[in-house]
Amino acid sequence: MAEPFSTLISLPMPLIRNNVDTDQIIPSREMKTTGKTGLAEGLFAGWRYEKIGGRTPAPDFVLNDPKFTNSQIILGGENFGCGSSREHAVWALLEYGFRAVIAPSFAPIFAGNCVRNGILPAVLDAAAIDEIAATKQPLTIDLVAQMIKLSTGEQKSFPIEDEIKTMLLEGLDEIDLSLKLAGDISKWQKNDRAARPWIYLGANI
Amino acid sequence: MSKPRSLFEKLWDGHIIAGLSSGSALIAIDRIFLHERTGAAALNSLAEAGRKVADPSRVFAVMDHIVDTRPGRSDQTLMPGGQAFITETRAASAAAGITLFDVNDPDQGIVHVISPELGIILPGCTLIAPDSHTCTQGAFGALAWGIGSSEAEHAMATGTVRLSKPKSMRVIFGGKLRTGITAKDMILTLLARYGAAGGKGHAIEFAGEAVTALDMEGRMTLCNMATEFSAMSGFIAPDETTFRYLKGRRYAPVGQNWDKAVACWRHLNSDPDAAFDQEIIINAEEITAMVSWGTSPGQSVGIDGTVPDDAPAAALKYIALQKGETIKHIPIDAAFIGSCTNSRLSDLRRASALLNGKKVAHGIKAICVPGSSQVKRDAEAEGIDQIFRNAGFEWRESGCSMCFYAGGESFAAGSRVISTTNRNFESRQGPGVKTHIASPETVVASAIAGKIADPRELTNG
Ligand code: SF4
Repeated sequence: MAEPFSTLISLPMPLIRNNVDTDQIIPSREMKTTGKTGLAEGLFAGWRYEKIGGRTPAPDFVLNDPKFTNSQIILGGENFGCGSSREHAVWALLEYGFRAVIAPSFAPIFAGNCVRNGILPAVLDAAAIDEIAATKQPLTIDLVAQMIKLSTGEQKSFPIEDEIKTMLLEGLDEIDLSLKLAGDISKWQKNDRAARPWIYLGANI
Repeated sequence: MSKPRSLFEKLWDGHIIAGLSSGSALIAIDRIFLHERTGAAALNSLAEAGRKVADPSRVFAVMDHIVDTRPGRSDQTLMPGGQAFITETRAASAAAGITLFDVNDPDQGIVHVISPELGIILPGCTLIAPDSHTCTQGAFGALAWGIGSSEAEHAMATGTVRLSKPKSMRVIFGGKLRTGITAKDMILTLLARYGAAGGKGHAIEFAGEAVTALDMEGRMTLCNMATEFSAMSGFIAPDETTFRYLKGRRYAPVGQNWDKAVACWRHLNSDPDAAFDQEIIINAEEITAMVSWGTSPGQSVGIDGTVPDDAPAAALKYIALQKGETIKHIPIDAAFIGSCTNSRLSDLRRASALLNGKKVAHGIKAICVPGSSQVKRDAEAEGIDQIFRNAGFEWRESGCSMCFYAGGESFAAGSRVISTTNRNFESRQGPGVKTHIASPETVVASAIAGKIADPRELTNG
């Protein structure tokens, strides 16, 4: 179950590039464990370290800027999270400490993976994101009100589907939501078992 | 009269349990397959949340991705830390009560090779696996697609997925393929003409004379690369070829159930007036042997072609070729036959027929990795392994092997490989490795010549 998300106050880290793909978020070679943890060190490894496989920080990469050490929000570009469906990208972000990504658009699988793990993918247009980055100040994300409040006092609203909002607010995952339909599922299976018995391999479930 | 429906709509409608407020649907899942690269993560995470696999009899796991493929293998792998993936998947599978095809199980092999071999995939099924090439199994008239780990957890816990309906597309290959041209050349032609994003957001039915003429293994090769076309999945209406392939396989229905199933499967096709969001027609007679020149599968060209003038600089830099350069005669360092695209018995038979009595060129590292332990045994019974070995190929245990690089075994850094795999991404087969994807025939001809070569020009003797 994911950590519930309500209000988040943090200095956002700008990574405003288009098509940041999941292999850039976490390269395959950094996925060294079978679990969802132990991935933070590999986050953005290709940009973050001087050499492939190395651990010497690349001074120019924003993640290595001490200002953003405690940042929980990323400001991204178009099509954030495209490429391979690997959920490790989201697990790495989460373990590192990120709870929200604000971008003009997201790759759908990545956005779904974010929500499942309690990370908010918030859509704002590119101009608004540039404006936020220019303030260089912390902002507040209020999920209930669907508002991003800038240090300047300005507010920007972002869209979100009701179901996704509920999931994030309550820390529910999709399994909980679907299990609310357990009755429908077993009714469907009962009928289907009569129609397509060969699908059901267990003896008497 | 009811509205004409496409095969996709029949598969979709047949699995809707409920509509969801988000506009997506709760879709019933008939089969789930896991492999050791992502399986333990999904099973452990489910267990940690205190949940159970709803129906373990319909969940399978296999060791294929990072297992060693050198002879005499054990749990040890060349991937650093790889052994943990194997031992944890084994433990988690046992705890969950699901069927596991373990490292040295006679049924072990690449997930998308063994699922059909064992009759786990059936027409009309929904099958998911946390693996993007799951679409391979659409060849059986099933809806099969790759998902993320959390979705796999969801599917195991609930027997369903939450999914928004993709758009539909039909790709018709009309006419007959020319001699020596294969399913691999068909899919690479589609990719070359319409680009690697051409099928984005679509569920794709492959149809037409050249498709129905394919055997099941060719159909799997075709559907395998639907994901390279960015499609959600690819599939083919089941027919007598499909039924003949499946009959008698371990998990296929028997007796009365078989008859009942076949009667039901015969309806799994697109009605004559079914509508599609998009339709593409390709004349199969125009298709030639295809080879990729760049770093995306869409960057492919006929073997008599040249690197296009509009080739992106980044791809050219990585692959170390120039615009206008002739594809044929590019020197290679290695040749690879394997992967869920082209490692089945018919692939190895065709490759060995061309290879028989010949040798790979001096200095070429050549490897053949059968797609499953069953394929390996069958090939050995026919003497195919001897032909490969005599020609200078390594003959491996089955698995994904050097189709992808996970930090372990790979081709030499920067080397140029002609490969029957499906992805020519940067460093897919090892750091800096330059991959050219092609059919098994083209790989064999190139291995013999030491440079990219047209299999149809391979002379006897
Ligand atoms: S053979 Fe290659 S593409 Fe196929 S499942 Fe294995 S790693 Fe993936």
